[in-house]
Amino acid sequence: MAQKKRMTPQQRARRRFLNSILLTAGVTSVSLLGFVPVAAEKLDERLRPPGALREDEFLAACIKCGQCVQVCPVEAIKLADLIDGFGVGVPHIDARDQACDFSCDGLQCVLACPTGALIHEIAFPSQVDMGIAKVVAPEKCLAAQGKGFKGLARGPDFKGKLRYAEIDRWHPQPVASHPYDLELCDLCVRQCPIELQIAQCAQEDEQKRNELGLVAKRQPGECPPKHAIELRLVESNDGVKRMVPAILEGCVGCGVCEMICPVEPAVIVIDPTESRKTSRGMRT
Amino acid sequence: MSGVIESLRVLFGGDPKRVPKQEMPEEVRKLHAHKFSDKERIEAIRIELAHKEKHKMPEKKRRLRWAVLIAVNMLFVLSYYFDIQLLEGALTASRFMGFHMADLNSALQVMLAFKHVVINLLIGTATVFVLWWLLGGRTFCSWVCPYHLLAEWAEMLHEKLRAKGWAMDIQFDRRARAWLWLLFAVLAFATGYTVYETISPTGIVSRALIYGPGVALVWVGLLLLFEIFFSRRAWCRYACPIGLTYGIVGATSPFTVHYKLENCYHEGECRKVCLVPHVLDLTIKGRAPALEQEVGADCTRCLRCVDACPTGALTIRYKGLGGLI
Repeated sequence: MAQKKRMTPQQRARRRFLNSILLTAGVTSVSLLGFVPVAAEKLDERLRPPGALREDEFLAACIKCGQCVQVCPVEAIKLADLIDGFGVGVPHIDARDQACDFSCDGLQCVLACPTGALIHEIAFPSQVDMGIAKVVAPEKCLAAQGKGFKGLARGPDFKGKLRYAEIDRWHPQPVASHPYDLELCDLCVRQCPIELQIAQCAQEDEQKRNELGLVAKRQPGECPPKHAIELRLVESNDGVKRMVPAILEGCVGCGVCEMICPVEPAVIVIDPTESRKTSRGMRT
Repeated sequence: MSGVIESLRVLFGGDPKRVPKQEMPEEVRKLHAHKFSDKERIEAIRIELAHKEKHKMPEKKRRLRWAVLIAVNMLFVLSYYFDIQLLEGALTASRFMGFHMADLNSALQVMLAFKHVVINLLIGTATVFVLWWLLGGRTFCSWVCPYHLLAEWAEMLHEKLRAKGWAMDIQFDRRARAWLWLLFAVLAFATGYTVYETISPTGIVSRALIYGPGVALVWVGLLLLFEIFFSRRAWCRYACPIGLTYGIVGATSPFTVHYKLENCYHEGECRKVCLVPHVLDLTIKGRAPALEQEVGADCTRCLRCVDACPTGALTIRYKGLGGLI
């Protein structure tokens, strides 16, 4: 049996001191590994909840508590895992699975945020700046092929929900419970929350003009001032005129078009990168 | 006041001060001298330890504490699961029936990194500060922190393994925690990221319970393995800045563990179970500088020592409430 060397008190103290330095350095180093995904700009590709400040400020301000997750009526918000490094516990949205459809009207996640990581000055969907939709595969678009759409947009097993106001204004319905029958597929335009809000406001204005209903005084921004998406007639190279979705200035990047697009993979996706780098958290 | 300063000094990693005999009050010296000569005491301890060996006393306060810890964490989980909005969020920040609460260390990280404090965060931080000042500061650690419970279970395993020689207990310099606290504060301020939150086992476990497990739990598992095989309760003792933050809050708290020299037989049962045994150095024979004293700020008020003490030398004390508790 090997004789265990007895250390003098000085040697013991020295050993302890070195161990403690190692411990401190080790813990600090592990925590700093969290910088890797940030440096690799992996996090800039994340779609953040409405009102999220510019990415660097957002990561600083978020206290990683998930209160935004808890209030979202469509459960669109998820918290990131450790692979996000400094972004662990920070909320994001996978629009293809469940987009933010503004079912809550009042931006509940923003109200829930205790630190202002989701900017508190924001009140209406049209002020949101999450990103912008992009038509990434126009040739695959059903509308561009002159096709309609019949059936369930994302199949019977899709878990995502949407507000179908004509069915129930207060409770989001599963997309899988809502079959469509369209002569020309316009799902991305039809379900766009901004476009729906514009239509709603127009209807209210109409009623007001006819003095059929009372309309509460509107706040600035309550009615989106700009359109977000439309189907536009475009002449392609072969000389045939086709309808394709065109993204307009009013797009806030909520991701409903990405979620509802029946083509796999989606023809239209949200690109948050520009917003994440420059956004103030809202449109001014 | 000097007591608070000494308590904070020990909290930041200093060794407890030894008061020379000649500086102790007359009656304290007498009591110490009496105990040195007391043959009955040695006999009493022998009987008492033999008795204890035979009749394992249930650790009642520990069971209560575990129940509270689990209840608080389950309140978060159930509140979200059943959508009853009673306690929303996670341990880093939450709302209790609508009232903002923010973990002091998480709030500190955010304030330093973001350099901007919204009113809700200020309210939440102030509320939690007052709450934990009233409740004892590091009481948060042993009564609420979910990592603490996992670490206690790991500690039980560690003790078993160490008895068989399969685990060791590397002791670190407790000043490491103060350095880490400072480093994480500076890092948050300098980098603009809440660096500590990345590895905070408290936040990770709390979120895992509420929102579902993830890869982050691997880190927590590694910490526990390190504690089981290499160093007893290493994270809570030598590293966790949250513990230091709450320790500072609790330094002047009215809720303390109270030590009475007269009742103490110095057998050291309390120090064996203590997470932070340096706060119980005053129970070592000949050390106590006064007849009665409060245990220092690093104490998590886990009350295991109160359960362990066979002679009632350690008791719960809430200053200002007299003998009500």
